[in-house]
Amino acid sequence: MPVPDQLEFFVDPGRCIGCQACIQACTECDTHKGQSMIQLDFIDRAGSTQTVPVVCMHCDSPTCAEVCPADAIKRTEDGVVQTARKPRCIACNNCVLACPFGVPKMNTGMNLMMKCDMCYDRTSVGLKPMCASVCPSQALAFGTREEMAQLRPRAKPVNTFQFGAQTIRTKVNVMVPKDNEDTHMDVTAAMYEPAIGHDILDDTFGEGEA
Amino acid sequence: MNHGALRPPVDDHRPVSPDGRPFEEQPRWRRDFPIDWEEDDYVSRRDLVKFVVLTSGAFVVGQAWIAFKSLFGRRDVPTARVAIAEVNEVPLGGSKTFEYPQGSTSRLLVRTGESAFVAYDQQCTHLQCPVVPRVAEGKLHCPCHNGWFDLQTGQPLSGPPRRSLPRVRLEVQQGTVYATGVEDSPS
Repeated sequence: MPVPDQLEFFVDPGRCIGCQACIQACTECDTHKGQSMIQLDFIDRAGSTQTVPVVCMHCDSPTCAEVCPADAIKRTEDGVVQTARKPRCIACNNCVLACPFGVPKMNTGMNLMMKCDMCYDRTSVGLKPMCASVCPSQALAFGTREEMAQLRPRAKPVNTFQFGAQTIRTKVNVMVPKDNEDTHMDVTAAMYEPAIGHDILDDTFGEGEA
Repeated sequence: MNHGALRPPVDDHRPVSPDGRPFEEQPRWRRDFPIDWEEDDYVSRRDLVKFVVLTSGAFVVGQAWIAFKSLFGRRDVPTARVAIAEVNEVPLGGSKTFEYPQGSTSRLLVRTGESAFVAYDQQCTHLQCPVVPRVAEGKLHCPCHNGWFDLQTGQPLSGPPRRSLPRVRLEVQQGTVYATGVEDSPS
């Protein structure tokens, strides 16, 4: 049974309070085998308490699946990219390295790549994913576009991202201020931010040539 | 930037490749290893187990049905008394085919002695070839696969058949042979 079309995932990093409820809830999802598939990233740990929950964005053209040499990563009809199929996954880590958002995790104990599958057992029957059902500030929200427009009148959903030269369109939306300029969000922009300590000076993505 | 034109939206339910071209125009390797579940021939373990369990379950039910039918669903044995031949009509060691009841598969009447007659269904119980009486050897022979039956009891002696020939009960009265019923072999 596919995830209903009208129900969408909205990530609103500005609302995240770092309570880690999503991480706990994620481990309880039946499809996650007791592992938490969500990451809570600290933006600038030394100077700020701001955190960002990272769930799988479920790309239109999933890079993890594109690079999989064993054809193990499959997307279901509703656009949800699933955890690698156990009989096929060879634990090569390609997807882990390739994902622009850093979502797939290698479960070395099981030799299996596991990733956020939007709690497929729950969303496919119309329930909210575990993280969205527990998030107290609704930084992780699951519902219809109309509901979100009503709840977040000053924000708009964006689902196009830039990763170097690669443009990524995703099933999951990120909420940005409504009056924001309509540009792609650059996933790698933070790497050039000296405050985070990843001051990359060389041209990693070959953007200078383009 | 116009990001609506970059790729069709997810809800089109079509596979989207990095170059944005439709699935049919993709190179062979990408069509061979599609990302979408429906295009792939992937069979999940649960689907396989379901298929195996349901199929073997169907076989079990079928076997039970056959067993039930052979135990309780016995065909009605006709009991009408029908004259099938005159004693003089059939020479000693000779035979005659007849239908009992009318319209049945052909039955075989064999005269084994002065007033001794036996009658069986002529169809071999292996693959329905007509059996041939070998009175001198006391057997019935099916030439198709070299099957042998006992002439006195109809039981299989050798060859592929495993079931007895259905026997026709006979009565001889005043020079006439009557059929009075059929003993179906237990299958």
